[in-house]
This record gives sequence, C-alpha cells and structure tokens, in this order.
Amino acid sequence: MLKQIEGSHAVAEAIALCRPEVVCAYPISPQTHIVEALGEMVKSGELTPCEFINVESEFAAMSVAIGASATGARAYTATASQGLLYMVEAVYNASGLGLPIVMTVANRAIGAPINIWNDHSDSLSQRDSGWMQLFAETNQEALDLHIQAFKLAEELSLPVMVCMDGFILTHAYEQVDMPTQRQVDDYLPPYEPRQVLDPREPVSIGAMVGPEAFMEVRYLAHAKQMQALERIPQLAAEFKQVFGRDSGGLTHTYRGEDAETIIIAMGSVLGTIKDTIDEMRADGHKIGVLGITSYRPFPLAQVRAALHNAKRVVVLEKSLAVGIGGILSTDVRMALSGIHLHGYTVVAGLGGRAITRKSLHKLFREAEQDALPALTFLDLDWEVVNKQLTRERVMRRSGPAAENMLRDIGTVASKIA
Amino acid sequence: MSFQPIKFYQTGTFTVGNRLLNPENRSVQSHQDRSNAINSGHRACQGCGEALGARYALDAAMEATGSQLIAANATGCLEVFTTPYPESSWQLPWMHSLFGNAAAVATGIAAALKAKGRNGVRVVAQGGDGGTTDIGFACLSGMFERNDDVLYICYDNEAYMNTGVQRSSATPPAARTTTTMPVGLSPGNVFGQGKFVPAIAMAHEIPYVATATVADLHDLEAKVKRAMEFRGARYIHIFVPCPLGWGTASHDTIRIARLAHETGMFPVFEAEHGELISSLPIRRQLPVEEYLKPQKRFAHLFGAKPNLEVIARIQARADRNIQKYGLLQTEVA
Amino acid sequence: MDKPFAITLDLGSSLANHTGSWRTSKPVYLDRLPPCNAGCPAGENIQGWLFHAESGDYEQAWRVLTVDNPFPAIMGRVCYHPCESVCNRGKLDSAVGINSVERFLGDEAIKRGWKFDAPAASSGKKVLVVGAGPSGLSAAYHLARSGHSVEIHEAGPLTGGMMRFGIPKYRLPRDVLDAEVQRILNLGVMLKLNTKVANIEDSMRAGNFDAAFLAVGAHIGKRAFIPAGDAARIVDAVSVLRSMEGEDKPMLGRRVVVYGGGNTAIDVARTAKRLGATETIIVYRRTREKMPAHDSEVEEALQEGIMIKWLSTIKQAEEGSLTVEKMKLDDKGFPQPTGEFESIAADSLVLALGQDVDLSLLQGVSGLEIKDGTVQVGSNMMTGHKGIFAGGDMVPSERTVTAGVGHGKKAARHIDSWLLGTTYQSAAKHEPVSFDMLNPWYYTGAPKTMSPMLDVIRRQTSFDEVQGGLDESNALFEARRCLSCGNCFECDNCYGVCPDSAVIKLGPGKRFKFNYDYCKGCGMCVSECPCGAIKMIPEDI
Repeated sequence: MLKQIEGSHAVAEAIALCRPEVVCAYPISPQTHIVEALGEMVKSGELTPCEFINVESEFAAMSVAIGASATGARAYTATASQGLLYMVEAVYNASGLGLPIVMTVANRAIGAPINIWNDHSDSLSQRDSGWMQLFAETNQEALDLHIQAFKLAEELSLPVMVCMDGFILTHAYEQVDMPTQRQVDDYLPPYEPRQVLDPREPVSIGAMVGPEAFMEVRYLAHAKQMQALERIPQLAAEFKQVFGRDSGGLTHTYRGEDAETIIIAMGSVLGTIKDTIDEMRADGHKIGVLGITSYRPFPLAQVRAALHNAKRVVVLEKSLAVGIGGILSTDVRMALSGIHLHGYTVVAGLGGRAITRKSLHKLFREAEQDALPALTFLDLDWEVVNKQLTRERVMRRSGPAAENMLRDIGTVASKIA
Repeated sequence: MSFQPIKFYQTGTFTVGNRLLNPENRSVQSHQDRSNAINSGHRACQGCGEALGARYALDAAMEATGSQLIAANATGCLEVFTTPYPESSWQLPWMHSLFGNAAAVATGIAAALKAKGRNGVRVVAQGGDGGTTDIGFACLSGMFERNDDVLYICYDNEAYMNTGVQRSSATPPAARTTTTMPVGLSPGNVFGQGKFVPAIAMAHEIPYVATATVADLHDLEAKVKRAMEFRGARYIHIFVPCPLGWGTASHDTIRIARLAHETGMFPVFEAEHGELISSLPIRRQLPVEEYLKPQKRFAHLFGAKPNLEVIARIQARADRNIQKYGLLQTEVA
Repeated sequence: MDKPFAITLDLGSSLANHTGSWRTSKPVYLDRLPPCNAGCPAGENIQGWLFHAESGDYEQAWRVLTVDNPFPAIMGRVCYHPCESVCNRGKLDSAVGINSVERFLGDEAIKRGWKFDAPAASSGKKVLVVGAGPSGLSAAYHLARSGHSVEIHEAGPLTGGMMRFGIPKYRLPRDVLDAEVQRILNLGVMLKLNTKVANIEDSMRAGNFDAAFLAVGAHIGKRAFIPAGDAARIVDAVSVLRSMEGEDKPMLGRRVVVYGGGNTAIDVARTAKRLGATETIIVYRRTREKMPAHDSEVEEALQEGIMIKWLSTIKQAEEGSLTVEKMKLDDKGFPQPTGEFESIAADSLVLALGQDVDLSLLQGVSGLEIKDGTVQVGSNMMTGHKGIFAGGDMVPSERTVTAGVGHGKKAARHIDSWLLGTTYQSAAKHEPVSFDMLNPWYYTGAPKTMSPMLDVIRRQTSFDEVQGGLDESNALFEARRCLSCGNCFECDNCYGVCPDSAVIKLGPGKRFKFNYDYCKGCGMCVSECPCGAIKMIPEDI
C-alpha cells in the first residue's frame, strides 16, 4: 500500500509488522520519531504482544535488549550519535553473545563540537563491533531493510544495525510502499533462538573465556559474517519474491556498464550522485556508481568485481578517520589489492554539510582528469581553516577553534541550507 | 495460665535446620534436595561470603518459585568464580552481560517473559557492591523507577574485590583498600556522607527493600521469600564478608557478619513501599571494636596507639544506625 | 540446545573442578565428651539420653539412660547432680535441669510400666552379690543383663540399703524405691533377704558362685568421746534413720541437737523436725563454706527452721543440756578451741560423724588389704582376692548413692570380663569439650516468662516429698535446653554454612559427611558448629 509518510514513521510501521516483542526507547535526535511511533502503537494495543520500555540511557536500552533477546524475544531499539557511543560496551556485548537484536541508527555526527546533523561517523565507529551494518539509500529501502534485517540477524544469531541518514531520511516525507502484515509474516518466521534463558532447559550464558578459546570465539563471529555475505543477496531475492521489489543486497551498481570512473558511496547521498551521473552520462562521460548497502560484512568480492574494468575510483564518504583520511576508502582499498587504478578519497557532508550536484559535477570532472588529490575535503572553507591555523601559530591562547570559526563565518544557518 | 508453646531452645531458630522441626519450618538450606544454585567446584576463595550469600538467596528464590527463575549477573567475583570456561556452577538459567547493566538485562528478561505470557517465570539480578552502588547504579535506579518485575540482590563486600580490593562507594570509613591505603594524615577510606543503597531504594518507594547478612540465614531466606511474593521492583542488600579483602580468617566469615549486625555497623531491616516495617533486633550489643579488631583492613586503628577518635566516629555511625532503625528492641518471647 | 561455543556453558559443570586440592587442613567430625557425662559418678550418657528426650521419645531416652543406671526415678531424687554444676549451659543462663528430667523419665517408666530388655543369652556363670544397696543392686542389674545368674544376699529385711535406711522418705518415697528395685528383680535376679553372709568364702563355696561382689555399705555410726552424764540421751544418726523404717519411731524429744556437718546430719535434723521437735540445732565445728553437706540440702533445712551453730564443738552432755565450745579457724582453715563455752538446752544429742564398715564377713579371706576401715580394690574393683570384687561405701569413695551405682556398673563390667577370661577395656574416652569450643550464638535464651514458672515447679514443696517433679511440657523444655556439647544433634549448620556445598547430608539420624573433593578447608563448619563436634586437622601433604 502506497503511503506518503515520514521516514521515521515508515520504519516504525515496518518494525511493527515484524512483531517485535520488546522495544527499548531512549530519546536522541534524529531517531526519536521512530520509537515515539512504536510507543504509541504499543500503548494503543495496535502492536501486541510487545513490551515498550522507557529506559534511562542508551546503555540501558541495549542492555534491556540483550536481556530480552537472550530470553528469546525479538528485540529492537534505535539510537544515533552520542547515544550509540554511550551504549558501545553493550553493543559489543550483544554481538559477542550472538544476540540477534535489530537497531536503527539514524546516522548523525559525533561531537565535540556537538552537532545533530547527518554523517556516518557514529555507526562507522562501530565498524569492528561485530554487528552487521546495512545502509539505506531511500526511505523505502530503510523500511525494507528492517524486515530483512530481522531475518538475517535471527538466522545467523548476530545483531544488525540498519543505518539511515538522520533528518535526510528520518524526517523526510516520501512515498513508500508499505507491505501488509501477511506479506511480512510470509517472509519473516517467528524467532527461533539458538540459545535461550529458560528454566525448562537452563544454561549459563556469558562465560568468562580465557586465552584457550577466545580466538576461536572471535573467529566464529567472523565466520558468521562471512556466511552473511552469501545470505544477504539470497534474502534480497526472497524479499523480491514476496514483496515484488528490489531491495537490500550487498551492493548496487548504477550505470557501471562501461564506466571508467566509478563513484562509491553509502546512504542517501547516492541519490544526488546518481542524478549527477545521469547528467554527466548525457554529456558522454563514462562514469557510474557503486552503492554499498552492506558495510558489514564488507563485500570485498563484489566491490572488486565492480571496479575490475574501471580506470579510477572515487570513494565519497560521510566520515573521516582523523589522521589518515577515509574509513570506507580503507575497506575499498582492501578490495583493490592487485588491481591498478587510481583511487581518490573524498570526505564530504560531515555534520550535515550539504553535498550539492554542482560540487559533485566539479569533483567528478577533476577525478576524470586525475586532477584530484588523494584526499579531498569537499567544499571545505579554506579561508576559515587557514585563518584559524594562522591564529594558532601566532598565539598560545588562541581560544576554542569551533567558536572562532563560527565568528569568522558570521552566521551558521546560511551555510547549512 | 497463658499457653506457652514448647520451642526448641536447644537450637532456637538460628541454626540452619533442626531434626525436630517440621520440614516446612526448616531453612531451605537444610533441605537435602536444596537447589544448590551454585554447586561445588566454583573457584571462590576459601570462606567466601558472597558464594555463601548467593547460594542462600538463590536457593530460597528457587524454592519460592518452584525453580521458575532466571538470573542476570553483573561482572565481578561471583560471575568470574562461577563461570570460567568450560565450567559453570549454576543450576538455573543464568546470564552475564556487563559490569554495569545487570538490572537492565534483568528488565529485558522480565519484559521478554511478559511479552511471551510466561508470568510464572521470575527474574533475579545480582551483583557486588561495585556493580550495584557504583557502575550499575543508573540501571538499578531506572529499573526501580519503572518498577520492573525484578528482584535485585546486591552482595556487599564493601570494595572491588575482583580487581584486587579497590574502594567502592560502599567501602566504610577508615577501611584500608588498595586505593585508600592506611598512610598519611587520615589513613584508610575517608568519612563521607555514605551511599547506603537500601535507603536510596526505599526513596524509590519500590514494593520491597530489605537488608540481610549471611549470619542470619532464617532472616535472609524469609526476606527472599517475602520479596518473591511481590510483583515489581524489589531490592535485597546482603552483607557478605570477604576474607581476602578484609583480612579476616576464612572460618570467620559468618562471625564477622554477625558482629556487623550485633555492633550496629550493618542494620538489618525491611521496608515496603518506602516505609520501614521491621528491624532485626540486636541480641547482644557489642562495641564496634569487637567488629573492627579481627579485620586487618582496620588494623591501623589499633596496635600500640589505638586511634580512639576514629573508633569513636565509627561507633557514632553504629549508634546512629541503632537509633535510626530501632535495632535495640527487646526480644519478644 | 546447540550451544554457542565457549560463551554458553552446561549446568553445574564445575563439578569437574576438584577444589579439594586447595586444602591445607581439613575438617573432621568427632564426638567429644560433654562435661555432664564426664562428671557423672554413675557414668551416664546424659547428653545421649537428653537427645531422645528432646524429641519426646521418653522411652528411648529411658532405655539409653538405663544402659548405665537402673535407678532414674531414685537418681532424680537423691543424686546431688554434679553433672549440673559442670553443665556448659550454666555459662549461658543456667544449667540444664538434668536431674529433674531424669526423675521425669524414671517416674514415667514406673507409670507406663516399661521393662528392661530380656538378658542376653545365659552365660552359665553364677555371681553372688552381697548387700542390696545401690551398689549391689546396680551390679546385680548389669550382671543379669549380661546373662549371668545373680543372687543377692541381704542381711536386712528389706532392699535398698542406705537408699531406704539412710535417706528419709520425704526425699525418696518408698514406692519409687520399691518399683525400681522390683524391675531389677524381674530380670531374674534372686534375692535372699535376712541372709547375712558371715564368711564370704564359705558362702561362695556353698552356692557354687564363680565370683562375688561385696557391697555391704557402711552402717556403723561413728562415736566420738563426749563426757556425758548418765541421763544424757546420745544416739547415732544411722540408727535414727534406720529406725524410721520400723514400727517404733525414735524418741528424740522436743529439743534435738545434731552433731556433724555431712548430709546425714542434715537428713537426721530434718527427720527430727518431722518427728515433732520444736527446736533442732545442728552443731558443726567449722563454717558453712567448709561444710561437706550439699548446699541445696542446707538451704532446704534452713528454710524448714533448722538452726545451725557454726564453729562449735560439744564438750559435754548432761540431761537436758549440752556444753558447747566456740571455735575459730586458724591460718590453715582448721578449727581451734577458743576457751569460750556456752550451754544449750537439748533433750537428745544425735551424732552424725560418719559411718564405719562392718568387715566381719571378710575374716580369713586371703590377699585382702584393709586400710582406714575400708577394703582396698584395684581399678577393676577386684579385691586382693581373685574373684571377689567390692564397691560402694565399703571401699574408698565419696559415699553417695550415685557413686555406689557407678561402682556397681564398673564392677559388673569387670566381673563379666573376668568370668569370660578376658580383661575389660573401657572404650577410650572422647576428648572433653569445653565451653569455648561451642558457638553459643545459635542457642536461644529461655524466655523470661518460662523461667520463673519453672523455678516454682523446681522448688515446689509438699508434705510428703519436698521436691516436686516436672510435668511433660516442663521436662521437654528442660531437655531442649541441652546444648548437646561435643555431639552432633543434626542442626544442619555445617551443611548450610559450607560455601562450597562440600558437606553431604546423609538424612535423619545419619548425620553428615564431608565431600573432600570440593572442601577447600575454610573451617567455617568448625566455627559455626554450635556444639563443637567438628575439628580441623592438618592435611596430609
């Protein structure tokens, strides 16, 4: 059923169709609308049986989900940014214990300086947490990925983050095709846990494991994600059978047929990139796009295959590994081992900085001419940066950088739009 | 003449069992078929008060629930000594997640059970004083405030023992720990305002709060049993001496706990919905020195020149407990 | 369940980890000797029979008691209960009223008609017991239960010896005495009254006896030389007490003076009072602290209005009056004359200065040693003459009924072995248990409402019998006050307090055992055992 609906509400409805039994909620922008909607559905009786727990922190949210999941319940929560960092200890614990929790991460920058807008720093900081991470390009995909995520998580007994760009998707009203309960029930069987806390068959979960077995436990987590590389495309195919549309999978290639230049990105920015590419293709440029849906597990083989015939690759990412450059780029480079092509890292859109078609046109053309430096900060205001660097060079008490630069720029709002 | 029932003056009500009592009047621990929630082979130190307290509490809870019980456990000695791979000592479904989240994990377990309609299965969370009064405090308070159907049991040995005896917010004044050494102008732990979590639990007005020690098994079991009669958040704070951390003889664990109660150092009481409803009276009041002296962590207060001022301040704390919780009631026949 | 590797574990699998290897010392169960048992002259297993009384199984309690002593009803009246003065409970509140429970059991046995188990198979041996006093009857009882044929020759007309002729009725009613004696005779013991043994060797030969136990007692009242006028009436205490059993009661007059400081002096003074004396005075040469009579008896006598003149000796007796000299104690505590005299009015003077033994039956018997008027016996109660044993007041002893009963038992054990050609070895004594080995915290104090009620019953007086008995609930109460010193009473403490669940409960009556696979040797079971029935011993390494 087609609906014009806010992204958060679309996801909330999809979650509800997945029949979660325990939902834990702690407010943090921009995921809050999702759990608000779920809370209302539980309270009204629309979503039942389900326990909606208003916890006192993200750490508790994940911990409650851990307890619930270990007791055999389908457990869900959502978070973003600082909230994700606050729950990190429990995030690692959930995956280490093999609990198939599904969590929406409404991607948002990490402070300081505090910033509520979108980039991918938060979930990418959990790159090695053992969670799978699926990135949605659109609200429809966000909705669909949640349904697939439960199935994936529960089959493999590993938790999944469904990552959707904060505000850009969560707060955008778009048309989505909302599945029926019957469709979801056909696709997603009831949760059958691999292990469960139950007096009928008691076990001790969460043992202390020493050097004699720790490596093996970690390897098994890795092996499960390797299995996911096979299951994710299959799940997408099964999804298409039931719901009639393409959604999910490991990667999506767009106009990559004879492309000499391939742009790699994740999330909603793919839409802007595709528009830019369409325009460039119309002008005769051999350029295409590789969208990465599954960031973890990372589809090395698929990426490698997509880039095999290209001359260059531009990784445009909304994240920064301070001190080296790109995060996604690092993973892409692993896929390129032995392939000789030019690689460029573009850090873009941090803290909600707009990524415009105009900037992309310029960027991609420079790339085609191999005129890009290895690392580019898209639309960086060099004047402001240099001013601050000078200031710091000449005086010891140079004061806080962020506040200085805001003063230099004038207003904040004018640069965001 | 009024009717005087013949009691068992030989054994009173204090021993674990009594061959002459009806089985239902004996402690759970006296039962030949007790659950032994933590069975033999665990790696706790000799004379571990926590191993004892946890078995006392969980056996009682298992009896009260017909073994329909799931436990969540904070990181700490109890977790480490019961579940080092590949061996577990537990006899009930049990889970360890993290140091600071036992209360929240238990909330999740309870929520799952509720969603699944399995109301007959009950949940207990447990942790040491560090995992309860410090790092786990936020989750604990959240669980209390929501009135989740969880019994949280804190095994208080007054310091971080698992990491090597560091101070916690439950460490008493003047006590030596490895982070409050008996050196300098005010040796040992500082005199603070105290962080007595049972009182904080009462401030949440949860259905049931109680304290107990491993020295009075019947009292402890009665409280666990009572706690299981309530739905909602419940809290039991059990005083469990640690021979290693306190510098006491391994055979003195119960004696030290008894002295803590008899001196007023640790008040034993119960409260319902935020109101104190009963206190366990001191049978024979003793000065705090009797409690302090056998413990090496207080050794710096004694010796050739006893620190009378500090001892007096500790006595004043005990006296305040006695007064506040009415610990000197006369024994009723 | 297909469990995730390593992080999820099977229930209770730590049993594979034998923590017993950590141990450097280990606990062991033991039975220790409680002070009551150690202090009982009759060798009763007091803690043992109280154990059964606590559960209300009085018959079993009586049976355990009578393994050592056939006279609980008598003991419960006349024993000075040294067990109670050493009772550990006395250090908590007050000693267990062992004596009153014993009496309750004895009376209950008489009331219910409980009988001793039939003797073991007959040994074919014959033993002569001379004297039907406490010691002789006790020996006869034990010998009969061991299967020997026993014959008692008693010179007097009645059984009981000093229990009848020395102890007044108000302390020991005769129906009680008769009942307990009869129960012994019912075992098949042959009793010959009015049969004085003139010569023991002759009697043994005549009756074909394989052994003899002599227990003729000490019945001859000691006389002291007191210058006396012709009309002065001087009698001895034993005669007075003995004549109480006959038709003709002794004529002592209104003002009676008793000379002496032992229990007999008290008995005779109280008897005189009951015979109608208006003024009874005991004259004793030392102080109350030095007086050999038991405190309780002195107290009761004083309550009955008997007066005692301390630090006084009788110098002369005349008709109607006595001359008394005041004494004072010297540095060593001996009384010395002061030269101060006074006269007191007296219709009669009763001498209670001790008794001598009539040793005439031993004339001509070889190997005997007589010293200070008593027969010397070895540790096996045998005299210097093979096959002739002796006990009770006729051998050196404290001369109480209980000690006599103890002699009878001990002699019977040795006679039994001697008859079988072996030597009796008493079981090695358990190590004693002292108060500091107990953990008294576990014992409840008797509530205040209960104690005075009990005191009243304990002190209740009646015309016939001064001491009243306990009713069942009181007896149960008293029995349950026993701390069971040194002997496991299955309180389950060790089983409960072991942090390692390394104590195995074997079930009712079977006690416990340690599971040394897991015991870490912390010693908590020892500290928390209420009764001191566990100890730590070094581990063999």
